Amino acid sequence: MIKVIELKRTVTDSNDRDAASLRRELTERGIFLLNLMSAPGSGKTTLLSRTITDLTGKVRIGVMEADIASDVDALSINALGAESIQVHTDGMCHMDAGMTRDGLAELNPKADIVFLENIGNLICPAEFDTGAHRNVMILSLPEGDDKPLKYPYMFQKCDALLITKTDAAPYFDFDLAVAEERVRAINPTIRIFPLSAKTGDGMKDWEDWLIQEWEKQKNA
Amino acid sequence: MHELGIVKHVIKTLHDVANENNVRHIASVTLEIGEVSGVVLDQLVDCWNYFREKDDLVKGAPLFVEKIPAVTFCTACENKYDTVAHGKTCPSCGSTETYLLQGNEFSIKQIEAEVNEEN
Repeated sequence: MIKVIELKRTVTDSNDRDAASLRRELTERGIFLLNLMSAPGSGKTTLLSRTITDLTGKVRIGVMEADIASDVDALSINALGAESIQVHTDGMCHMDAGMTRDGLAELNPKADIVFLENIGNLICPAEFDTGAHRNVMILSLPEGDDKPLKYPYMFQKCDALLITKTDAAPYFDFDLAVAEERVRAINPTIRIFPLSAKTGDGMKDWEDWLIQEWEKQKNA
Repeated sequence: MHELGIVKHVIKTLHDVANENNVRHIASVTLEIGEVSGVVLDQLVDCWNYFREKDDLVKGAPLFVEKIPAVTFCTACENKYDTVAHGKTCPSCGSTETYLLQGNEFSIKQIEAEVNEEN
């Protein structure tokens, strides 16, 4: 017999549930997972390298690099002595909770903080919960201060925004005040950190926030 | 390729629903998709037609899509207008104090299911 079943479930429902249980498991294991998202070429790997170097001795950091192909990013993180793994999504434009779980099982980190370096893309990763405790987005200065207008959902979803490559400010018409205003119109509670991973300018504020959020999670 | 991941998640959700409801086979699936949800319908249907043949639960099942138009509400003048034509700026008063009323939906509305009758 055929019957009609009304569902009204969101398409991401199965992923949302998987993500929530992964988040609980990680909390129990004492792992703080950050989902780092940005457009391609915004400097995710450079930022992570600097952060790992600055925090050596204070906290153990692991990195899961997600890419459609290649392992160049994982190799450069490995060179710094941090635990890292390269995950290939085979054409998929985002990481979901299931892929994150598989990658973490493979990495089996002893780290306190694990960064998931998501696929360089501002659309799809925003829609799929990875199970991370915090979502962080990078907007590099050469991308322009109108990015929040074009990809509002990504800005809406993140807990922190890193505006990177501030050392290049003299060469670009990026208005920091305008960018911040546009971001806050979409997400009033987001933390914004302008910084340069190259000169180190502003890195401390971001790293202090990271440590503070990790400790908050640990003591929760 | 966004649509590929979406189809995989839809099928996973359908398996959960089938287990909960003693469903043997799904005869059709109806999605509700908002006009500004960011999905490319042609690609979604292509991905569906590919994956449904690899899964006994949904083999041969057509995918129906009900589109929901995008409508934005202006908090300044309480006007409702077409989001796709005018974006964030209200066409009648020029305010940008607006929000989306509907149009970003993305859900599985219903399925036609062949149910096992034995208990």
